[in-house]
Amino acid sequence: MTVHQARNRRQEIPLKLELRGITKRFGDLVANDHIDLTVEPGEVHALLGENGAGKSTLMNQLYGLLQPDEGQIVVDDEPKVFRSPRDAIAAGIGMVHQHFMLVPVFTVAENIALGHEEVRGGPLGWLDRRRSRRDVIETSQRYGLPVDPDALIEDLPVGAQQRVEIVKALTRDVDLLILDEPTAVLTPQETEELLTVMRSLTDMGKSIVFITHKLKEVKSIADRITVIRRGKVVGTASPQTSEDELASLMVGRAVNLEVTKAPAEPGRNVLKISGLVVDDDRGTHAVQGLDVVVRAGEVLGIAGVQGNGQEELVEAIMGLRPVRAGTVELDNEDLSGMSTKQILRSGVGYIPEDRSHDGVVKEFTVAENLVLDMYDRAPYGNAFKLNPAKVAESATERIAQFDIRCQGPETAVGTLSGGNQQKVVVAREMSRPLRLFVASQPTRGVDVGSIEFIHGRIIHERDQGTAVLVVSSELDEVVGLADRVAVMYRGRILAVVSPDTPREEIGLLMAGITGGEEESK
Amino acid sequence: MTAEPRKPDEDSFVSHFVRNLWSANSVTVTFLSAVLAVVIGAVLIVVSDSEVLAKFSYFTARPGDALTASWELISTAYSNLLKGALGDPEAYSAWFSGTGTWQDALAPISETLTYAAPLVFTGLSVALAFRGGLFNIGAQGQAVLGCITAGVVGFSFGLPIVLNLLIALIAGLLGGALWGFIPGILKARTGAHEVITTIMLNYIASLFLSWLVLQKGIQDPDRTDAISKAVAESAQLPSFGGVLRVHLGILLALAATFGVAWLLNRSAFGFELRAVGANPHAAETAGISVARTYALLMAVAGGLAGLGGAVQVLGTAHALTPAVAGNIGFDGLLVALLGRNKPWSTFFAALLFGALRAGGNRMQSFSGISLELVTVLQALIVIFIAAPALVKAIFRLRASRNLRSGVTLAKG
Repeated sequence: MTVHQARNRRQEIPLKLELRGITKRFGDLVANDHIDLTVEPGEVHALLGENGAGKSTLMNQLYGLLQPDEGQIVVDDEPKVFRSPRDAIAAGIGMVHQHFMLVPVFTVAENIALGHEEVRGGPLGWLDRRRSRRDVIETSQRYGLPVDPDALIEDLPVGAQQRVEIVKALTRDVDLLILDEPTAVLTPQETEELLTVMRSLTDMGKSIVFITHKLKEVKSIADRITVIRRGKVVGTASPQTSEDELASLMVGRAVNLEVTKAPAEPGRNVLKISGLVVDDDRGTHAVQGLDVVVRAGEVLGIAGVQGNGQEELVEAIMGLRPVRAGTVELDNEDLSGMSTKQILRSGVGYIPEDRSHDGVVKEFTVAENLVLDMYDRAPYGNAFKLNPAKVAESATERIAQFDIRCQGPETAVGTLSGGNQQKVVVAREMSRPLRLFVASQPTRGVDVGSIEFIHGRIIHERDQGTAVLVVSSELDEVVGLADRVAVMYRGRILAVVSPDTPREEIGLLMAGITGGEEESK
Repeated sequence: MTAEPRKPDEDSFVSHFVRNLWSANSVTVTFLSAVLAVVIGAVLIVVSDSEVLAKFSYFTARPGDALTASWELISTAYSNLLKGALGDPEAYSAWFSGTGTWQDALAPISETLTYAAPLVFTGLSVALAFRGGLFNIGAQGQAVLGCITAGVVGFSFGLPIVLNLLIALIAGLLGGALWGFIPGILKARTGAHEVITTIMLNYIASLFLSWLVLQKGIQDPDRTDAISKAVAESAQLPSFGGVLRVHLGILLALAATFGVAWLLNRSAFGFELRAVGANPHAAETAGISVARTYALLMAVAGGLAGLGGAVQVLGTAHALTPAVAGNIGFDGLLVALLGRNKPWSTFFAALLFGALRAGGNRMQSFSGISLELVTVLQALIVIFIAAPALVKAIFRLRASRNLRSGVTLAKG
């Protein structure tokens, strides 16, 4: 009863949150250094910072997953101690994690009920599924968040799964919602939808803490912005602040958001793909008779809405997916049928789309990850044994050269921030002579400072005369990097255009609409 | 800055010590698991003794009786366990004063090492496979195959002394490797789960052995029961003889541990298998063939378990019987678990299991406590190791109170 009374009181006066001097240390690392933060009722408070700045650590303390070493959490002028998320939820704070906490084989209603199931007939009674379903429908209607209570989580797209997470938090009667990098996994359309939902939630008096490193989103939604760098609050800003200012506040120095590059000097045809057919996991043709050419010293960007065969194309080039028909030629040598190792060894560098799944071995050290594809070659080793001294030596060099922020070559990669993990992958793939460089979503989930760095390295590689193929679902990135933009639609290249082509035109092509005769060279 | 920075010397030495103890130290957890297992074992010893239990029926009247009797029972049982595993102090002093022989004094340690030797191999087999992401439940079957091939080679060809032993060991290794390679290649080619296939192969191996020892040319012609001809002396692992059964196998086990540690940390294949074990997708993307790694890894793991079987036959049993491999494969699973899949920890875990087994024999004959208690102790240790949170929860009560008072101090 007391909980209910407390909730009723809060619904009249929306929740006000204050963090005072929050400090959290992990060993020698000070993840949060006396952070003060106030979230007013009904506002969207953006917490902006690079990966590894300590945003998630701060929010995990607020949600009871971690306990602060120092400092206080004050809810409605009352100091609170959260020992577990349960305490935080009871105080009206909910969180949607970057990686969803959902059971894939359960339905939406079951997932939402999980943890506070409605049970009839005592502690060993049966689940009241009907009531759980009703709760879900009620909440989803009240907040305008359409979810199907009977759908299985594994069948839902990522955006819908996120909606389920939000509904789940809202059914717990929370008044403050923490969204941890909610847009990192979303398509542009889904991001738009999420921002709309956030606005309607704040209209109903909820407050939102929005963790992100994407400047555009911050500017479009936040009422106030707090910037965190290396565990400290370095400033607060209003949404009117320019992107460049925000970026430099975040990174601690002036940042160039545009890719600067000299005009390309394309040479011979390095990669020549003709009539390529590749199947997806379900056995249907994802790439259907694709032709494309990448020349030495140029960046070919592939633009397209995700799921039009880009992933399968890249995997086929790398020998990770069988080629059903057609040829993939590297300097007139057919790559189809070669093993991934042979392809890598013939001078192809590769940044996979999903870094933590395919890019790095998190349990391995930075040094080991840097030689993941070179461990059995001189000077790092031979077919039988490794040369740990050489591995460590070259790792130290790479760490300096690629500005990988870590405690040393022996640090486990899993402890690094996303941007630094990606730099490990980039460093590894650029540490040998290349003819072709294939980068799939090279800056996904990477902070502003690292994006600038990785883009710079890609252009540098191009200027060395390497042929570069960039696939990205962010049109800005494709247009910024590419010398030629190939628009991919339903497994084919629909048109190859110049990056100066108006965005609307490229957007139409991405939707499969060709306006008469397009330039295609 | 609202709160005072916390000074480390605010903590008492004890709470500091306790905190260090709890900083997820696996050695500590292992030690405390053993302590817990011993405590629970003590309860089981008392409960299973009817005489002592009878004294508990009038516990309220004369608690001393029951407690004294329990204490005596427990202390003699465990001291016999220790004596059986490490040696009797009396025998040692007899040796040093010249009234006894060194063989008698060292016999318990010899027993410990004898039991431990094959377990080192099977433990390493499981541990290595696990580092590559495979559950080798088949160490038992691979060990049985190793027993068979080593045994048969051992009594079939009358080769000269060193050569015969060498060939027999290699045969054991190859037998086990074959038995490991089958599930490995099945996994690589068809994706068949190694847990299922290795369990099935365990049955096949063990039934094959039962059939084989009764066949003509294998069975000892002078016997009617299921036992094979004896392994030629030239193929036996050299030992001290007499009460000292310990044989060269323990040194081979030591060498194997060195070898596996090197393989894991220094070799190209070790790098591959660790990468595949930790993230097969990233390994594949980096050009490592996951299928090839699985097949090869299972063959190597099988070879290790096969050597364990060979050591058992050539060092201890000297002939094949249906039960010649005992439980060494399954115990290897526990040993690897206890050793957290690290080569040297696995080696010491095998020594501990060997010691428990050797001590258990003495405990059974001197205190009349069933050898099964040792199995229970082994199982309890492993359960506690597998659930470090449980061990921490049991021992943590005081520690967490200290921590909490520390937090209050900092706030005040």
